[in-house]
Formats: sequence, C-alpha cells, structure tokens
Amino acid sequence: MVSEVFHSVNKIDSLGLACGVEKFTDDIDLRDMLYVKMLSSPYAHAKIKNIDTSKAESVPGVKAVLTYKNVPRVAHTTAGQGFPEPSPYDTYILDSKVRFVGDRVAFVCAETEKIAEQALKLINLEYEVLKPVFDPRDALKENAPIIHNEKDAKMIIPMFYDPTKNICAAVNASVGDINKGLKESDIVIENEYEIHYASHCCIETHIAIAYIDERGRIVIRTSTQVPFHVRRIIYQCTGIPIKDIRVIKPRIGGGFGGKQEILLEDIVALLAYRLRKPVKFQYTRQEEFVSSRTRHPQIIKLKTGIKKNGIINAIDMDVLMNNGAYGAHALTVGCNSGSKCLPMFNKATDIRFQLKTVYTNLPVGGAYRGYGATQSYFAMGVQVDELSEAIGMDVVEVWRKNHIKEGEGSPVFQMLGEGREGVEMKIGSCGLPECINIGLKKIDWYNKRRKKIRNKNKVRGVGMVCLMQGSSIPEIDMGAASIKMNDDGSFNLLVGATDLGTGSDTILAQIAAETLGCKTEDFIVYSSDTDITPFDVGAYASSTTYLSGAAVMDTANKVKEQIIGVALEMMGLNKKEVIELQNRFAIHKKSGKKVSFREIAYYSLYQKNQFQIGAIASKITHKSPPPFAAHFAEVEVDEETGKVKVVKYVSVTDCGIPINPRLAEGQVEGAVINGISYALTEEYIFNKTGRIL
Amino acid sequence: MRKYSLIINQEKKRVHIEPGDILLDVLRRNGYKGVKRGCGEGECGACIVLLDNKPVNSCLILAASVENREITTIEGLGSVDKPHPLQKAFVEKGAIQCGFCTPGIILVAKSLLDCNPNPTEEEIKKALDGNLCRCTGYVKIIEAVKSLCKIYGKT
Repeated sequence: MVSEVFHSVNKIDSLGLACGVEKFTDDIDLRDMLYVKMLSSPYAHAKIKNIDTSKAESVPGVKAVLTYKNVPRVAHTTAGQGFPEPSPYDTYILDSKVRFVGDRVAFVCAETEKIAEQALKLINLEYEVLKPVFDPRDALKENAPIIHNEKDAKMIIPMFYDPTKNICAAVNASVGDINKGLKESDIVIENEYEIHYASHCCIETHIAIAYIDERGRIVIRTSTQVPFHVRRIIYQCTGIPIKDIRVIKPRIGGGFGGKQEILLEDIVALLAYRLRKPVKFQYTRQEEFVSSRTRHPQIIKLKTGIKKNGIINAIDMDVLMNNGAYGAHALTVGCNSGSKCLPMFNKATDIRFQLKTVYTNLPVGGAYRGYGATQSYFAMGVQVDELSEAIGMDVVEVWRKNHIKEGEGSPVFQMLGEGREGVEMKIGSCGLPECINIGLKKIDWYNKRRKKIRNKNKVRGVGMVCLMQGSSIPEIDMGAASIKMNDDGSFNLLVGATDLGTGSDTILAQIAAETLGCKTEDFIVYSSDTDITPFDVGAYASSTTYLSGAAVMDTANKVKEQIIGVALEMMGLNKKEVIELQNRFAIHKKSGKKVSFREIAYYSLYQKNQFQIGAIASKITHKSPPPFAAHFAEVEVDEETGKVKVVKYVSVTDCGIPINPRLAEGQVEGAVINGISYALTEEYIFNKTGRIL
Repeated sequence: MRKYSLIINQEKKRVHIEPGDILLDVLRRNGYKGVKRGCGEGECGACIVLLDNKPVNSCLILAASVENREITTIEGLGSVDKPHPLQKAFVEKGAIQCGFCTPGIILVAKSLLDCNPNPTEEEIKKALDGNLCRCTGYVKIIEAVKSLCKIYGKT
C-alpha cells in the first residue's frame, strides 16, 4: 500500500481556490452590513485635548462613532500569544494619546464606506503635540520623551519592564566569561549591524466581519492565525463573555506572522455587539503598511572571537530592538535573536547575550517569518565571513567546524526561552553537513568563490550562510484534534490548527489517513472555529506539522483502537488477535478475514453495542527540534551604480522528513523570495515627523 | 443608479451601477467573489479579469465604461467539477498556497497562452509581471504555466 505521507498529495483546498470558490473572510454577503473606517493619527506623539464627533454622528447613514470616550479602557496586548502573554499590556482599544503616525484615533461605522469616509472628515480634533522619539538609541537617553506614561501599562510575567525609560523588554544572559573568552581568541572582530523595517504584505489585507447569530451571540469571521487567542483577548478588552464569542477563520490570504495579532476584531466585535448588525472592517493597502505590524528593526553590536584553527570560542551579542509605539512580541522576538542563532555555534564556551527592546514613535513590530532569527543571522552571517577572512580560512570550513551537530546540545537552549527559561535539548538530527555539500555543488562554489568574474563594471561573487530555527515553543504550545467516523467509513477531522495557505489542513489529513490505513480524501477537514474545533494555539512558531500533527496522530491512534475493537467483535475473534488497517479495511491476516470501514461504521452506529467511533487528543512538546538550512547566493554587483542582481540562489533545507514534499518546497521557495526582497528591495523610509514616505 | 448590460462569462447580465463604481466592486457585489481586492490601486493583480480576452485590473476600471464588452472572471474559466487545464495544472504543480492571488494569475496565464501557446520562461515572467504572490516565490506558478505550453500548442 502506498503511504499517505512523505508524498505530495494535492492541497485539499487548492482546486476550490483555483476556481475562485473557496471562501475568504470577505466572500460572504450579509444583509444590512455596516462598514467601518478608521481615523488615524497624523502626529507621531500627541495628546488628544479635545475630540468632537457630533457633526460626524449627524451624517445620515452613520450608525456609531467610537473614540476613547465611549469604549472600555483595558490595558492589553495585541500580540496573539498564549496566556500569560510575554508582551506588555500597553495597548487600549482607543486612547487619549497617540503614539505613532497611523495610530488609532476614532472609528466611524456607517451604511456605506463612502458615508463613513465623509463622516471621518467631520470629526473635530485638537491635539497637544508632544516631542517624538524615532531612534531607539535616543529613546534610551536620559531626557527622552516617555511614550507609555500611563499608569496601568504593565508586564504580567515576572520579566523586566520599565516604560519610564522606554524599555519594553530587557534580557541579560551569559554562559562562561565573555571577557576571558575574548582574551583567549586569536582574532576578535567587532561590528554593528542595522536591520530595517519591513511589511509582511499579505495580498489579502487584514479584514474582520462580526455579526450576531440567532441566539444573540457574536460571531467574528476574521483573517487570523490565532482564532483562540482572538476570542480570549476580545473578551479581555471588550468584556463580552468568552461563551458569547465565536471566532471563525475561513481561507486567509497570507499571514507570515502579521495575522498573529488582534488588530480589527475588537472594533467589529464592539460595534456589532452594540448595534446588533453585521459590521465589516478591512484595512486599505496603505493602512496595512502603516497601522498593522512590521518586522522589528534591530541594531546588533556583535563581537566574536575565533581561534586560528577556525573555532569560534566567544560571542558577545548586544541587540537593541525597536518595537515602535507598542510592545507586541517585544521580549520573545528579541530573545529569539539569541536563542535561534547562538546555539548554532556551540563550540563557543563564552557567550553573552544582551537585549534591550525599546519604544519609539514609529510603526509597531510584530511576529514576522523568522521571528528575530532573521535579524541575528544577518549579523552573524556577515561576521562569520569577516572572521574567516581574518584567519585565512574558507568560510565553508568555518561553518563546518562550528555548527552544532547531531547528539550535541547548547547551554543557550536552556538559557533563553520564550518569556521564561528555555528547555534543555540535544539535537536529534542535523542534516547540515549534507546541506552544505549539496549547496556547494549546485552553486559551483570552488570555481566561483573569490574568482571575481568580471564583465566590464559588473563583477560576480558567491557567498553562503547556515541557518537554524525551531519547531514550536516547548512546554507552552498546545494543539488538539478530534476525529469521528461517519456511516460510509469516512471521517470528520476537526483541528484548531490554522491553515493560512501553508496547506496544514492537507498535511494533518495525510497524517490521520496514514495512521488509519485510508486516504487523505477520506477526511472531511474543518479547522479553526472556536465553537466547533478543539483548541490550538494557532499558526506560529513553525509548530503546526510537528505539534498539531502529533495531536492528530494521537487522535487517530485512539480511533484506530476503537475500529480494531469493533472489527474483532464483528469477526468473533479474541481481543488479543492482531488486526491491521489497510485500504479502508480492518484485516485479520492470520485467517484472511476482513471487514470494510463502511461495514464497521454501520455495525457500530446501527447494529450492536452501538457507539460513536471517535476521539479527541491534545499534545504539548518538550522539545523544539530545529530545522537546518544552508543558503548559497551568486550575485552580480554593478560597481558603478551599486546595483545588486541575484544570479543564482540555492537553498538546501533539512526540515526532517517532509509529510508533503511539494508543500515543504513551496514554503522554502516563498521564504527565499521574501528574504531576497527584504535584503534588496523592501524598506520603510520615514520623514522627520515619523511619517512613512 | 441605473442598470447596465454587462457580458460576464458569456452571460448577459443587467446590473445596477452607480456613477464612480469600479468594475471590481460591481463584480463582487453580483456574486463573482473569485475577483479579489488586494490593493485597489492596480499594483497587485489580484482583481484581474479578462476584458475582451485581455487582462485588466478591475479596480482601475469604471464599471459603466465596459457596457456590452466581454468580461471573463475566474468563475467563467472552469469549475470544481469541470476545471480548466490551467486550474488543474496549478493544483497539481503546487502553485497555490493561500490562493488569494491565484484567480488573477490564472487569467493572465490563459490570456498569454491564447496568444502565444509556447511561451519561453522569460515571456511567462513578463506576462505575470503585474501579479504579486507573497507565498510561493513564483517557482511553481511558472512550472504550472510551462506544463501547459505543449498542450496549448497542440490544440
């Protein structure tokens, strides 16, 4: 029998997507829908002295205007993380202070978008403009403007938080003695690296629709990666009871971390709850760039010591992270810069990691593909190049000598976790040696490295880097699944896991099918609906296949036991007899007897000792097994204009054994283009007043 | 507001159009939800439809200006029961992740292959220049279009 895993079955929603019939958030029509438009701050830092909405409210068709005066004021975080969140509670649905150009000031809800837009212009505002701060280094200075001077801003976990100094997270961690280590190095290189803002740029901008169901409960249909966190945080900041909130994630048009954030749901929930009408709010493309979330910029001071034999023995990494106006993911993205990068260099006996995440009056950072590792690997990758050059060794050899290997650990794993201490871990498998070898061949390294192949003013070169991430947050993340058998031997698979285009619905069905000896198409998959599916933390931390997949396997194994029990009863066999599940049959090989899944379903539902074959299971993990990758690039630099062209890019990834190789390839191909674009073409540029140009 | 005749997927429809209404909104309002809004500024290509078999950003076109012209949306190309070869190829090659950009891309690919049954990779890339995809890195999209070149050449 052909295995259902380790081969590329078609993504189960892809035909519907290709035909334009799969439903995204906006693809339903509700009668009497109302529309929301946002008034955002023109100032980077200001107090609202007076806000008069009377003219706006009197426009025919306007149903409500929300300002800080008429919404609950509850300090919370928009970061869609587990509870207690490791991000500071420093955000309000609306506030009397604005903290960046693009911050929320007011919302108008009206019968049409046009009316809402007209009414926005009639809101009279008087601001007291405050001095802003844009550079994270300036934010730390003695007399810097304080961005969060509200009394109720707090961190709810016991980690450092001092908004009076604009610090929203800080960590100091070390192994060994960094000063001693650097003294023992043959060569020490010290440099500063700046990594810039970027947007996830999902093709579907953030959108949420809320409506009241037949029993007066509120349904929020939203483009989110974290439906269960949405429900909890909406309860927290609006006071609507959790049992009265249902969150549905339909198909969503890309996430990349940007939708691990509660950005629109509070507004539509509050308005629909008050007006008892469906309410829709979607960011315009411009609002998506300015007012949603971004990749956190960092300034990394990095000092690394290497011995002449190529062993990196000491690393001093000092990260200054700019979180913008609010502290979403301030601690965890920063910590990840250390925890996903430093363990790679596990021959280093002396390591120091220092993080300060600060508030500025600029757009807000959030989860973004790579989650801090992107930033630190840029710095470390460049520095490994510089170190190799200094000791006269091929950079490939330096990576080979230093990268963590199978069976090895790193003290950093335990030192740095996500909002608390990490978990000790040994590497179960590491395919980096093979990844490096394949990459060298494909890029033709030895014929190109340092050859400076020239065509007039254009010169070509190759470079490489090794990378490591993690899979789920150990002892924090939880995924769950439930399966029930139907009359015809098909199954419903319900998962809290959130498919954001990655294909997790498909992969999870493949895992269930493999366990139960049937086909992926035998599963009717339904995911991410807080009323119907079991809990899952959501799509982040590269956890779905590894963690939610393990929950599905456990669930399927429970169902398997029940199917075997019924089959034994039907065949009149002793409970100790061995039954195998294959091709939708339960088979007793010894006697050649077999019963089909359909017969088993009919028997268990209608005939004797009736019961529903079905199970639910949950999973947490004690490890975060890293995937590894070696990336190689050949670029052509125009020495006159400085223009860089990528001639060839080779990415070789050890992601473990892929459940669906084609979907795994798709993840890497998309990430590579995302990374190249970040490096070469994407950037936020601000003017002196903090406005994006 | 007055009624206009639009030919959508070879069917004559009488639809309400208000002055200033863009084609994207009129199509979505009338149930053609396969037409997606990505930017509203003609930058991303998610809202592309074929107008007399040529791709256009429906967010940049006044609905009233296309009366009696032929509009093809993704729904007009094929269905889940009877998909167009391009729709099948996109599924089989793994060219679809979130799928939000897919309708626009498939329509552009169709228009390309109708005029040029055997395009080179460069020609495919050039044709898809106005379509943004943030998930796939375009690799499998180009593979999917390429996989149909010969089929188109023969028919």
